[in-house]
Amino acid sequence: MSESLKVPTMAEFMAQGKQPEVLFWVGCAGSFDDRAKKITKAFVKLLNKANVEFAVLGTEESCTGDPAKRAGNEFLFQMQAVTNIEVLNAYEVKKIVTACPHCFNTIKNEYPELGGKYEVMHHTQFLKTLLDEGRLTIEGGKYKGKRITFHDPCYLGRANSVYEAPRELIVKLEAELIEMKNCKRNGLCCGAGGAQMFKDAEPGNKEVNIERTEQALEIKPEIVAAGCPFCNTMMTDGMKAKEKEDIEVMDIAELIANAQDL
Amino acid sequence: MTYLPNIIFAIILISGIGFFTKNVKKLRRNILLGHDVDVSDNKSQRWKNMAKIALGQTKMVRRPISGFLHVIVYIGFIIINIEVLEIVIDGLIGTHRIGLKLLPTSIYGFLIGSFEVLAVLVLVAVIIFWLRRNVLKIARFWKNEMKGWPKSDADIILYFEIVLMGLFLVMNATDSSFQAMQSGNVISQFIAPWFSGLSEASLHLVERSAWWIHIIGILVFLNYLYFSKHLHILLAFPNTYYGGLKPQGQFNNLEAVTNEVKMMMDPNIDPFAAAPEGAEDEVPAKFGASDVQDLNWVQLLSAYTCTECGRCTSDCPANQTGKKLSPRKIMMDTRDRLEEVGKNIDHNKGEFKDDGKQLLGDYITNEELWACTSCNACVEACPVSINPLSIITEMRRYLVMEKSDAPTELNNMMTNIENNGAPWPYNQMDRLNWKNE
Ligand code: SF4
Ligand code: SF4
Repeated sequence: MSESLKVPTMAEFMAQGKQPEVLFWVGCAGSFDDRAKKITKAFVKLLNKANVEFAVLGTEESCTGDPAKRAGNEFLFQMQAVTNIEVLNAYEVKKIVTACPHCFNTIKNEYPELGGKYEVMHHTQFLKTLLDEGRLTIEGGKYKGKRITFHDPCYLGRANSVYEAPRELIVKLEAELIEMKNCKRNGLCCGAGGAQMFKDAEPGNKEVNIERTEQALEIKPEIVAAGCPFCNTMMTDGMKAKEKEDIEVMDIAELIANAQDL
Repeated sequence: MTYLPNIIFAIILISGIGFFTKNVKKLRRNILLGHDVDVSDNKSQRWKNMAKIALGQTKMVRRPISGFLHVIVYIGFIIINIEVLEIVIDGLIGTHRIGLKLLPTSIYGFLIGSFEVLAVLVLVAVIIFWLRRNVLKIARFWKNEMKGWPKSDADIILYFEIVLMGLFLVMNATDSSFQAMQSGNVISQFIAPWFSGLSEASLHLVERSAWWIHIIGILVFLNYLYFSKHLHILLAFPNTYYGGLKPQGQFNNLEAVTNEVKMMMDPNIDPFAAAPEGAEDEVPAKFGASDVQDLNWVQLLSAYTCTECGRCTSDCPANQTGKKLSPRKIMMDTRDRLEEVGKNIDHNKGEFKDDGKQLLGDYITNEELWACTSCNACVEACPVSINPLSIITEMRRYLVMEKSDAPTELNNMMTNIENNGAPWPYNQMDRLNWKNE
């Protein structure tokens, strides 16, 4: 399968004197984390299928600085931001799509003041647009009637008020969209944000991801849909801890790609 | 001699308002100990937020039961205060129910009648509030930070309300000329019979006592505010006006850092060049916050505005899973420390003398700060637009940038970003390897 992935870089576009329609910001998790790489590939398959002329920065991409900023290291964040903005502006990037809500939030909200002004979309918003424009079709098939719940990533939901795009995509899969008791603006964190992903939790009586997994289990889903590589890891670990590995934790891009046997 | 009551009334009124003014000045001074922050933008949106959130209570009703009860108490509080206007005029010029001279009996009766109904509704709501706190023991009212004064404060206010509403009804019930009017005594007519055995003179005495205690009670209440979480009945308005307008995920970019980063990245700037004119006098910027003076004044205003309702804490994932962090405590600690700094300034003739204490460490511990997932649940939950996360972030900034005091794993993560542009130890040159895997 992987030979068929077309993943051009900005440098290649530049060499041909062309501009892609959109830059796909892969992010650190999407580039290096084994689970997240699958999400990256699923999203690329969909972009290829819809004939979207996109490009990645490849080795010119670097961490947005989000975890450093949330941890309090404003210096490191701004160094990363300024470096990335230099690269993006040199390529005259206008539009960015990313499958990571943390990259999404940082580039969309925190880069403009530092000189990086782009139209930034989360991949679920982008896929929704492709669908609306008729460039992508979504088939139910595989997921028809399945009980799927969506775990709102904090940095997509509350942080940026994006609640509907991912849900509309799930509905398009003809699945039965079910909601946890804390959803949308009341969504419960998976426990990874604010740089928690990279450290052990403080002493307490439970892990946050277990609490969230229990909320999911309460409504007996067959699949937990995620829109963030970190939430994905946390929820997958949660299901493992609860010995409920039969309940799949899948990114929305993966669900759509799978439904079409991509 | 006939003017004696008027004079006594005027003295009580003036001292009540005088003390209150003094407190307001102190409040303002303390709040302005914070950094300046530009909140002059988007005036129309800010007015709208204030109208919706403070006046319209839109965020209160997200929790329907407490929200509904609060709306009753709030409306009752505002409307019944119209009656206070009459009491003040009567007290100052020695009239009795001046409203009756100014308004037709039917309208006056309608007004007082509505106040009476509201008073009963408020009484009921307040009693339910008391039961929720003290009998049902709803969890968010019994967290660690609610021990001692915060717990008593919450109860005292409820007793205050009960007494004030009771006095208002008794005052009406024992006013025989008002009862004789047969208009507006919708509720008090049922209370009047309780006093039927009393002589005309004793009845008058009860009426006068209720009247005096009622107005004195209101003035005491006004002056109690400064020491109470009930300051929110005033400060909710400015706080919702100045509250955040940006997407919740957007953290501010520190300008001092931006300038330094620019210097470091700009090849045209000679690092050995003499500092520009005047730069020598500049105090080197302190990054982040270790004490209240390092926060901005909106954050300090928020600390005084906090209602201690604990909605933030009950929605906080860290707190829900037993961590020490409680966003409400962050706000309460900030207020307590600010009060301490204010008192220090009062004692030292207007200047702060180092007391060897600070917000970080003496009030808020590192453990609390590092437990935050920056999920914004607290910000979303707050009915008066407080952002506890912004204070947590400022304090983390201080820990990391001034003290290099982050958990080891976070230091590793940051070293990785610095060296290879990713939070994990992978080579930036391998970033596109996934394509061929
Ligand atoms: S942002 Fe931090 S303090 Fe606020 S609710 Fe989330 S974890 Fe708790
Ligand atoms: S910060 Fe807001 S939500 Fe939290 S206790 Fe104070 S008023 Fe309530």
